[in-house]
Amino acid sequence: MSAVSSAPETQLTGDVIAARKPARFTLARKTIVTPVLLSLLLIAITLITVMTGSRPFNQTVIDVLVRVIFVVGLYIFIGNSGVLSFGHIGFTCLGAYAAAWLTINPIMKSSALPGLPDWLLQTRLIYWQAAILAALFAGVAALIFGKVLMRLSGIAASIATFAVLAMINTIYSNWDSVTGGTSSVVGIPIIRTIWPYLIGAVAAIFIAWAHAISRSGLALRAARDEPTAAAASGVDIPKERLVAFVVSGAVMGLGGALMAHSIGVVTPDTFYLSLTFITLSMLVVGGMGSLSGGVIGVVLLSALIQALRWMEGGVSLGDATFALPKGIQEIALGVIMIVILALRPSGLMGNREITLTRSKRNM
Amino acid sequence: MLQTLFDALSLGSLYALGALGIALIFGVMRLVNFAHGDVIAFCVFALLWPSTDAMAIVFAGQLPWYLLVPFVLLCGAGLSVLCEIVVFRRFRNANPATMMIASFALGFVIRYFLLMLYSSRPKSISLLPALSQPVEIFGARLPLLQLITIVATMAILIGLTLFLRQTRFGLEMRAAAENFSMARMLGVRANRVIMGAFALSGALAGAIALIFGSQTGTVDIQMGASIMLMAFIATVIGGLGSLGGAVLAGFLLGAASVVMQVALPVDARPFRDAFVYGAVILVLLFRPQGLIAARGTKERV
Repeated sequence: MSAVSSAPETQLTGDVIAARKPARFTLARKTIVTPVLLSLLLIAITLITVMTGSRPFNQTVIDVLVRVIFVVGLYIFIGNSGVLSFGHIGFTCLGAYAAAWLTINPIMKSSALPGLPDWLLQTRLIYWQAAILAALFAGVAALIFGKVLMRLSGIAASIATFAVLAMINTIYSNWDSVTGGTSSVVGIPIIRTIWPYLIGAVAAIFIAWAHAISRSGLALRAARDEPTAAAASGVDIPKERLVAFVVSGAVMGLGGALMAHSIGVVTPDTFYLSLTFITLSMLVVGGMGSLSGGVIGVVLLSALIQALRWMEGGVSLGDATFALPKGIQEIALGVIMIVILALRPSGLMGNREITLTRSKRNM
Repeated sequence: MLQTLFDALSLGSLYALGALGIALIFGVMRLVNFAHGDVIAFCVFALLWPSTDAMAIVFAGQLPWYLLVPFVLLCGAGLSVLCEIVVFRRFRNANPATMMIASFALGFVIRYFLLMLYSSRPKSISLLPALSQPVEIFGARLPLLQLITIVATMAILIGLTLFLRQTRFGLEMRAAAENFSMARMLGVRANRVIMGAFALSGALAGAIALIFGSQTGTVDIQMGASIMLMAFIATVIGGLGSLGGAVLAGFLLGAASVVMQVALPVDARPFRDAFVYGAVILVLLFRPQGLIAARGTKERV
């Protein structure tokens, strides 16, 4: 289903629309294969992990699932609008700290973060309730920032989102009484079972899919491909971008909350430039305009990072142990990314999605 | 008062030189070069002998200044041109997002290459120690270095302007920045112009490395990042591709940072950068095309 063809529907009269009502569900039925296949991929990885029962491997796969949430969140905005955003990890930071505020034991909280309001100091929620609230909090923040930012476009918008990231980082690094400043906030309950992360990642994939086939998502992709034509057909570009920005901000917040629970510690610098770039790289290497590309980019690059780390730790061949020098892992990762991008400038998947029928068109 | 003015000028100089290095490359290639900060770090580390100790073993840094300065500038230019030949040449027709990520990946490679040779610990280094003595001008005591920073930046800016306005190569570069395909059709050699832009931008990175290295007295593989963030912002506020705009915005950002440091109440000072970034968003809202919009960057229908 190409995005542009939805635009003429706005000019149809009421009864014709009624006659064509099923069209929407046809679109859903045609495209649901993609999120289902991607979820099956993640479920398969999770099941293998559970079967091996290895603790470090378990933690690695939890990291992968959290990154899937981040990259899918980035895709919702960047993929559909075509505007590169550097600011989304800021919303992850907001989500992670919100989860910390809501779940840390009140006794520890009042000594470590005395600046919090009283009702928040008394609150102690279960992790999944906190994660949902964290997502909502990040979504509201995205709404406020987006209201201002979405009037920009192109590189000005990208740099403005960069400014948002730096702003959130500066505030969270210095507001000692509420965020603990640059020192880490400890005491967040650690969740070691893998299932909540799997549910989070699958939920993120389905949210991205539902947004992409919604009226707003289709209009936004039309505006990405042909801004002038879309605007002339009545697409309110800033509004559609804002919708995507808020949805993706909320998904990033959810990912941040889950990440906080997976490592148990948060610092502002965890959620800054390096995380921004690693997640963006995964999206771009996989294919910026494709949900499947994002998920595959995460899985592939994570596997690569893990393999290189393993080699850095030392591989025994017979009597000799080979270990790569420190730093080689990142260098190799950078080189491989450059090679992939040089060979496939629009990412591994380009604009296509995984389907059973090998349809060439964007979903 | 005079002290504040000089602080603003010297901080602004750093931002302006950084922004200029990015704007030069953006002009000819539409590439936002994230590796620029790592080129800066590389230039400083080129002065040290590879070792993982905390004490820096100064190697080329012991050269007298008239050899030291050209050495660092050449290092920057050389590395920058090498990046172009090995990596960016393959991305001429890629979209901006892909190029941006590729340049980030390249910066990553350079940074971890340095980490492998020198470890991630910050090292102390005394570069050009004669410059840290204070001098007295109009009743204000200023470090000589600050004065030299400002003078050197002015000299670089004037020299670059003359180069771009008066020489054939400068003319070709300006033509390429304005309309690359048209310039090629009129006989401008693309590779030469792009390599020239990379060499200039690398030499600017070398200049920043010298100034920043002697100002802070420490070297760190992350040192390019903080300047680069501001330099990017300056290029965009100035109007991407506009060299004059980049310089102007660099000085404005430096001034804004210093003025806010002085003017904000003490409680709010740690949040200074947040205010600066807020101001950046405000400027972009009113002038999304930048303060001085470059010709030829407008999207056409």
